[in-house]
Amino acid sequence: MKRHLISAADLTRDDAVHILDTAEEMARVGDRTVKKLPALRGRTVCNLFFEDSTRTRISFEAAEKRLSADVINFAAKGSSVSKGESLKDTAQTLAAMGVDAVVIRHSASGAPYRLATSGWIDAPVINAGDGTHQHPTQALLDAFTMRRRLIGPDAGLGQDLTGKHVTIVGDVLHSRVARSNVDLLHTLGAHVTLVAPPTLLPVGVETWPCEVSYDLDSALPKADAVMMLRVQRERMNAAFFPTEREYSRRYGLDGDRMAKMPDHAIVMHPGPMVRGMEITAEVADSERCTVTEQVANGVFTRMAVLYLLLGGKTDGGTANGGTTHERTPGE
Amino acid sequence: MSKTLIRGARVLGGEPQDVLIDGAVVAAVGTGLDAEGVDTVVEADGKVLLPGLVDLHTHLREPGREDSETVLTGTRAAAKGGYTQVFAMANTFPVADTAGVVEQVYRLGQEHGYCDVQPIGAVTVGLEGEKLAELGAMHESAAGVTVFSDDGKCVHDAVIMRRALEYVKAFGGVVAQHAQEPRLTEGAQMNEGVVSAELGLGGWPAVAEESIIARDVLLAEHVGSRVHICHLSTAGSVEIVRWAKSRGIDVTAEVTPHHLLLTDEMVRSYNPVYKVNPPLRTERDVMALREALADGTIDIVATDHAPHPHEDKDCEWAAAAMGMVGLETALSVVQETMVETGLLDWAGVADRMSAAPARIGRAKGHGRPVAVGEPANLTLVDTAYRGGVDPAGFASRSRNTPYEGRELPGRVTHTWLRGKATYSDGKLA
Amino acid sequence: MDTNSSAPAAQGSDARAVLEAQDIARVLTRIAHEIVERAKGAEDVVLLGIPTRGVYLARRIADKLEEITGRKIPVGSLDITMYRDDLRLQPPRALARTDIPGDGVDGRLVVLVDDVLFSGRSVRAALDALNDIGRPRAVQLAVLVDRGHRELPIRADYVGKNLPTSLRETVKVQLAEEDGRDTVLLGTRPAPQGERR
Repeated sequence: MKRHLISAADLTRDDAVHILDTAEEMARVGDRTVKKLPALRGRTVCNLFFEDSTRTRISFEAAEKRLSADVINFAAKGSSVSKGESLKDTAQTLAAMGVDAVVIRHSASGAPYRLATSGWIDAPVINAGDGTHQHPTQALLDAFTMRRRLIGPDAGLGQDLTGKHVTIVGDVLHSRVARSNVDLLHTLGAHVTLVAPPTLLPVGVETWPCEVSYDLDSALPKADAVMMLRVQRERMNAAFFPTEREYSRRYGLDGDRMAKMPDHAIVMHPGPMVRGMEITAEVADSERCTVTEQVANGVFTRMAVLYLLLGGKTDGGTANGGTTHERTPGE
Repeated sequence: MSKTLIRGARVLGGEPQDVLIDGAVVAAVGTGLDAEGVDTVVEADGKVLLPGLVDLHTHLREPGREDSETVLTGTRAAAKGGYTQVFAMANTFPVADTAGVVEQVYRLGQEHGYCDVQPIGAVTVGLEGEKLAELGAMHESAAGVTVFSDDGKCVHDAVIMRRALEYVKAFGGVVAQHAQEPRLTEGAQMNEGVVSAELGLGGWPAVAEESIIARDVLLAEHVGSRVHICHLSTAGSVEIVRWAKSRGIDVTAEVTPHHLLLTDEMVRSYNPVYKVNPPLRTERDVMALREALADGTIDIVATDHAPHPHEDKDCEWAAAAMGMVGLETALSVVQETMVETGLLDWAGVADRMSAAPARIGRAKGHGRPVAVGEPANLTLVDTAYRGGVDPAGFASRSRNTPYEGRELPGRVTHTWLRGKATYSDGKLA
Repeated sequence: MDTNSSAPAAQGSDARAVLEAQDIARVLTRIAHEIVERAKGAEDVVLLGIPTRGVYLARRIADKLEEITGRKIPVGSLDITMYRDDLRLQPPRALARTDIPGDGVDGRLVVLVDDVLFSGRSVRAALDALNDIGRPRAVQLAVLVDRGHRELPIRADYVGKNLPTSLRETVKVQLAEEDGRDTVLLGTRPAPQGERR
């Protein structure tokens, strides 16, 4: 494992399987009366949130507390992109306080990468979602959920997702969840199909390690998991699609469409769901929908990541720095 | 009146010759010139002598953003980079949209004396794209403005653009367009393509530049005006300009040094030093731009020298300012990308970086041949030099160069402005 | 778990067997009998092995106890990784499984089982780990080999073999389930480098 977790693309297949296996052990702690482990005792973790996300923040906070870390929550919403120096100032403040790791959420793509590589602070950085770039712990918890459901908690140990078909549907263009999932699922051997209207796919998507389709119905029968992405209503105003009604008719998951999926296939959603838009209440509330499981698994997965990045020696020899996107400037 | 003898200089890269400067003009060119009565002898020793470089696209930031550059620091940087004239862009605070502002900038350049400063006037009031600025008044001012540009912003309204193109015909002016369709580039952070898709940064599509260039060359044709395209950056733009020229449309175009060398792959570092507008494009675009500069489709190299204070770059990508400094590295980048690749000889460089920009900007006394009787605006280049770029040594007030630590070939050793050495042997006058 | 210096290379070629398969079987049987004797029929005993080899030893002892008492004895595993006092001194370690038998440990006699008792630090970690799981009536310790050199006030209740060693020596337990054969090897550390305990 690298020193930071910035992108799902930073993880090798073995790294990812190791995290999922570790998460499986963490999940078992969740069944105990004392749900706390001493692994991060005496370590201070800062949750640095430049963008509102109560869900992700409390998930990390729960994970940190279960590992006995001291937790500092720092919400700096709205102060960042308008006036750029606050990320640097904040980082230096945290460094001065002796923070051992930073979990960062930021509306600017690349902010966690900058934090990890700019020299503003020398601590492991965990990306909790940056702009429309990456959200690696979400991809890990999704993979964990798939492995548990499609292979099994114990049977899945040491396994990747080779041969599984995952269909990701919705606003891929603006989705860090989609980017992270494509990277990680590909690393884990799964076949990914992105389904979206052409307006919600990025230019350049054809180079991603996945298939792309504009037709949801044709992608459903072979899917082991269907992941619905949130579609914000505001996108309509920017002409990404004509109306909510048309979007949900073409790309929403309802009971009829769910019936086209294989019996064992699951429906996933990173939350929060927009019911009536990308998913109907019938599907959202069905047995096959793993939304609440994903929330629980998020805590276990984040515990695993925190443990593996911070549980051992974090300075000197093991700090092999670096993340992807690393190229020599000026090449 | 002082005399300077430059001994053994390869004029435009030719055979070594001696060049005698007497006062403000070139007095003799030949071999074995006599040093009798000469005040200064410069042993050129095979260095290349070029006419003083002319930059049609410089941001000097004064008035308003003196924290990033001033006319003084900017012209010192220019002298160090081999320039004897720079055209100062209008997007200052206040905007150079009146005779008063352009005269102020012009006079500051005259006072400091490192380099002639020719102000560019704004096309529209406040660069807002709505109302024509007093173009005639700026032309008639002491600054004698002939180039007008809203650079930083596109004159996006087709009617305003048409009127501006027509209006400046009355005094031989030219509109320099920053081609960027605003709606297609809302929230744009980098070139739209494979890399932007991966990095999750808002895309700046090539078509946003190309569509404006296509429109403007057609407008120029329709109203019989000339138009200049700033910092052309895509292969598609090259094709449009090539087509327009083949039709006889009076269009000229510039390319920046950074677009000749760098690609959007560098953005993977999320280092805002690579953030620039128009954005760094792909390898394919870079190659098309080099070829177009070589074959004359693109007329000139212009730096788009855009200084920014450290704090505007030492932050996350989205919050960072766009732009790079360029005056002190431009010639080296051109040597690397055009000369050492065999695409252009030094006579070609002299054309693209001196004669042609002076011609487009109607500059008097610049971009002239190195010949007897011509103004002694000269640049001596040690083309054999190799060295890493060290921003700490810049004369510019800002350090936002994408080349820090990178080895680039060549360096200017001397610059003469009308016979006076503004820069010699590593020292500014 | 304690430092029986895992790398086989570190054993040196002169490693010699101090316990063979039949010896191991014999001492485990003896330990089982001692547990029955001291725990008065082993009514409330729960065996918890410390991964990796302690777990196999715990299962074997449980089998012996079942033979002796005719009852199924609850057996599980107790991962101590996150409770180790040297957690921060090395790169992050993979977690092992903690598997507590269904009825838990509250009010029971927990017998911790490990392969080698050395510094006592693993056992201390196990006691901490156990503390987060429940409140046993009492905790005892069974080890296959006690090689001495304790660094904490800890002693074993059941010892397969006392093996006085020097710090230059290494003790390696191999078990069929993990290593393909049953043996305890005594070797010499080649050089003082990489010393860890």
